[in-house]
Amino acid sequence: MLHLDMGRYAAFVWPVYAISAAALVWMVVDSLGRARRWRREVERLEQNRDRP
Amino acid sequence: MITALANPQRFLAFSRWAAPLFGAAAAMLLAAGLWLAFAAPPDYQQGDTVRILFVHVPAAELSLFAYVCLAGASFFGLVFRHALADAAARAAAPLGAGFTALALITGSFWGKPMWGAWWVWDPRLTSELILLLFYLGYMALQAAIEDEAKADRACAILALVGAVNVPIVHFSVTWWNSLHQGESVFTSKGPLIAGVYLWPWGLMTFGYIFLFASLWLVRTRAEIWRRRARSLALKAAG
Repeated sequence: MLHLDMGRYAAFVWPVYAISAAALVWMVVDSLGRARRWRREVERLEQNRDRP
Repeated sequence: MITALANPQRFLAFSRWAAPLFGAAAAMLLAAGLWLAFAAPPDYQQGDTVRILFVHVPAAELSLFAYVCLAGASFFGLVFRHALADAAARAAAPLGAGFTALALITGSFWGKPMWGAWWVWDPRLTSELILLLFYLGYMALQAAIEDEAKADRACAILALVGAVNVPIVHFSVTWWNSLHQGESVFTSKGPLIAGVYLWPWGLMTFGYIFLFASLWLVRTRAEIWRRRARSLALKAAG
């Protein structure tokens, strides 16, 4: 059984989990976005270079 | 293994399958860890605030682990002048800064109900704040120097200087009188915390480690491509 009632500590426990989740999601989104952006940029520049 | 991966093409081939694999491992470990974190009973002293420690402690551990990776990569970059090592160092810094900021913020949320203060100038907290300043300084220096080779060298030196702070953070609770708890897992007597809290802590810690490993690979790939794009753009312009 899960204990989801944090009682008088709810104002401390839930923000911690919300902040942690937001930070980890930001790290994932930013890392994947950065990799995708630079890979596409390399592909674009290579296509331009190979064009006669 | 490290020598083989020093080749960017081999690294890209390895990270292509390793990054999603580590990411999937992280998702499973974090899901199991979260389940056990909320299945554990409230602590007899800390009450429900004990659940804060299941995200605070792994973040604090990763803040140090990421810095060791950053300093290690910086050392290889500085000594062997290897571009992949410099790319790996650059990729580790924002992740390490994120985990350090998380450790400080989540620690404050635990400190207020338990110590009665959001912040105290305790040796552990202060040295952790200095760690965050080293990460931020590393990123600021990187952004400030336009010549990438010079920036890599200057940042590597800064990272190695900052490595002195890593044992200070870790041993601060032993070397000085600290309000912060001492070592409670890796002690000579074995773990000092009950299994019902040890398991969620362990699963969350390994979840954070796998998440860092996965994102470090992804960001290093991005850095390799960024350098490649820069080189192609310079050739096209010249």
